[in-house]
Amino acid sequence: MQRTFQRLLVFAVAAAAIVAAVGLGGRAAAALPGSAAAGSATLADAIFYVIAAMTVAGAAGVALSRNILYSAIGLLGSLLGAGALYVFLSADFVAVTQLLVYIGGVLVLVLFAVMLTSQIGDVKISNVSFGLPGGVLLFVATAPLLVVVALGTPWKLRSAPRLAETTADIGNAFLKQWLLPFELASLILLATLIGAIVIARKELKAD
Amino acid sequence: MAHVSLTHFLVVGALLFCFGMITVATRRNAVGVLMGVELLLNAANVNFVAFNHYVVGGITGQIFALFVIVLAAAEAAVGLAIVLGIFQTFKTIDVRVADVMRE
Repeated sequence: MQRTFQRLLVFAVAAAAIVAAVGLGGRAAAALPGSAAAGSATLADAIFYVIAAMTVAGAAGVALSRNILYSAIGLLGSLLGAGALYVFLSADFVAVTQLLVYIGGVLVLVLFAVMLTSQIGDVKISNVSFGLPGGVLLFVATAPLLVVVALGTPWKLRSAPRLAETTADIGNAFLKQWLLPFELASLILLATLIGAIVIARKELKAD
Repeated sequence: MAHVSLTHFLVVGALLFCFGMITVATRRNAVGVLMGVELLLNAANVNFVAFNHYVVGGITGQIFALFVIVLAAAEAAVGLAIVLGIFQTFKTIDVRVADVMRE
């Protein structure tokens, strides 16, 4: 009973902090001289707020949920929201890559690992180590600092950022300017493939 | 409610980072710790793409974000393989229990 109350309290505090932070961000952005703000919010802004709330709420679920399976589902919401945020930033290719690699690959891997390893019913496995108070303390110590820095710094904004498709440019850049890192990435993926198989396979006992 | 600008994305990235850090710091479940690392990498990615769009222009930040995604996928694969190995050895994935490299 007390544990439920504690969880509800933490979620309420987290939700209040999120709403306050996003609202504060909006007000500070309107106050910036270079921004095109100060008009009324459009539909795109409303969609952004919904997606941002989903992203942060999913992250909160990952951090605070007691069941590791719920954490995985929170991670799904968070990664999906981050992918949708990329669309707002004119990064369509990154958004689709996020969907394919994170949702299609990493999340499925995580779910496999959860199912293979944890006894879902066993609360002790999903438990936290230094507890919610320590986590909340850590959050209170870091989040305001980062938010204040993000809001207070006079960023040199571009004059008129426009939404444009980038896929062709990214393809050209990968095969011209960034060819060596691109090939190194494929090498790393090959090494990862082999390494993961070697580590995860069942070792045959000699006796 | 103002128009969406750079600071909005920075705040979202900061909150993602903080929740990821809490996850890494407080989880005893190794899979949970890996989830926290994914959140941290995502927070960095949101910042990269946001700065690319609002400050720098071009696509350099997006390319860096793509490399981060590739490395995060590799990290997740190897990390989860290690978790499975730990589970085979110790029959648990509590990170406090796994303190030797061989049984």
